Amino acid sequence: MSPSPAVELQAVAKRFGDGPPILEDISLRAQPGEMVSVLGPSGCGKSTLLRLIAGLTPASAGSLRVEGRPAGDPAASVAFVFQEATLLPWLSVRANVEVPLRLGGAAAVDRASTSSRLLGLVGLGNRGDAYPRQLSGGQRMRVSLARALSLSPRLLLLDEPFGALDEMTRERLNEELLALQGAGGWTGFFVTHSVAEAVFLSHRILILSAHPGRLHKEVPVPLPHPRTAETRLQPDYLLLVAQVSRQLRAVSPAG
Amino acid sequence: MPRPNRRLLLPVVTGLLFLGLWQGMHLYLSDDLRFLLPSPEMVWRAWEEHGALLLRATANTAQGALLGFSLAVAVSAGLSLLLSLSASVRSSLYPYLMALQMTPLPILAPICVIWVGAGLRSVALLTFVIAFFPLVVNTTQGLIATDRNLVELFQLYRARRWQQLLLLRIPAALPYFFTGLRIAATISPIGAVVAEMNAGSSAGDGGGLGFQAVIFASQAKYAALFATAATTCLLGFALNAAVLALSWSALHAWHDAYERTDR
Repeated sequence: MSPSPAVELQAVAKRFGDGPPILEDISLRAQPGEMVSVLGPSGCGKSTLLRLIAGLTPASAGSLRVEGRPAGDPAASVAFVFQEATLLPWLSVRANVEVPLRLGGAAAVDRASTSSRLLGLVGLGNRGDAYPRQLSGGQRMRVSLARALSLSPRLLLLDEPFGALDEMTRERLNEELLALQGAGGWTGFFVTHSVAEAVFLSHRILILSAHPGRLHKEVPVPLPHPRTAETRLQPDYLLLVAQVSRQLRAVSPAG
Repeated sequence: MPRPNRRLLLPVVTGLLFLGLWQGMHLYLSDDLRFLLPSPEMVWRAWEEHGALLLRATANTAQGALLGFSLAVAVSAGLSLLLSLSASVRSSLYPYLMALQMTPLPILAPICVIWVGAGLRSVALLTFVIAFFPLVVNTTQGLIATDRNLVELFQLYRARRWQQLLLLRIPAALPYFFTGLRIAATISPIGAVVAEMNAGSSAGDGGGLGFQAVIFASQAKYAALFATAATTCLLGFALNAAVLALSWSALHAWHDAYERTDR
């Protein structure tokens, strides 16, 4: 009687209307607390996969369960981090973090204590009254992360959240994300274009092929935790990055 | 701080150049034709002579303009919410809203007079007709152009319809609304003046600016006509300034249009 997996997909397919299939025959599961990265060439349906799990769009076939319940179930505890920070520009940083709580009808006192704690956690404890446009791209993404964590989700779906950031900021945020995951214990699904990022963050990497998106390869990442900036200098890490790159190249069209 | 100074100085410079050019053109005309283009000085003297009358007329016109403008803001807000509901609602209603906007005021004016009587009511109604279209179009566009990711975010957190409207769509539409408001503020005084020329004066003794313009024209007092035009502009500028101030206070903290240049 093991607990139900955090995420379980069986023979899931997705097409929009009469269009070509975007995803075909995707079966996978993620255990609670696991970090899974999804890599693949452009157009392989990585983002669609996340949106399916979030319940933002229905699957065309197959079954999709989050904590044993159908995807999109109101009781599911799922948060989503978009490619862009997607903050409400007219709200302060603090109010942005509190949006999910506000929508859920949380009391003002609870909202304030949660946002203070989370802003401290992402290193923006003193920027609560700023507006999003006064922040850098990396800071905005931190706010977006804090907002995603505001309802203490058990599953976090991240759709290339650091793709637009410079290398240094991205690496630092990777480290912070892992620390947050270690402390929060949530399950993470992380879509990315960066092999290095996927290896650094994940317990397991899924490589998708494109047209239609299919599961091409599963690569376990047995690097020890905690992972820090030092990890990126380890031979094991570098070897894995090289291996995964090769796998990815095998499914990516030339050009 | 050289920047704000320059921004104040530049319109003054262009204004002075314009006045010089105007005066030059007046002097260039032969004596018997100078009445066609009264000099700035003659306009100023006409203002000195008729100023009190024109200010009273401005106050009267302002009543009609503001009443119509406010009515347009109120009605357009409700109508925009309705139009933002669905594309079918929009395609059902837009052609007729456009038809209303395309009908010239002088044609609508006598109809308004039959319906609500000459004077202030007709002027307000006609100003409403001309001011509300840019408001409806802009506000509706703002309400439906909400960032798709933000809408999905709200969906993900199971926001109710009213929450999405109140916390997301309406604030996101504010910049669009203020664009419409500025256009409406600019054309409302024009609408009111044209309405006065066709449907009787706004209110009170001496009539409005439109009425005065008709009188001065019939008396061939061209300098006074120029003074009337300038006074009408003042009304438009005042309304515009009020809208700009309102827009600044609502948007400057967060909207990119007000981003500080030192960043």
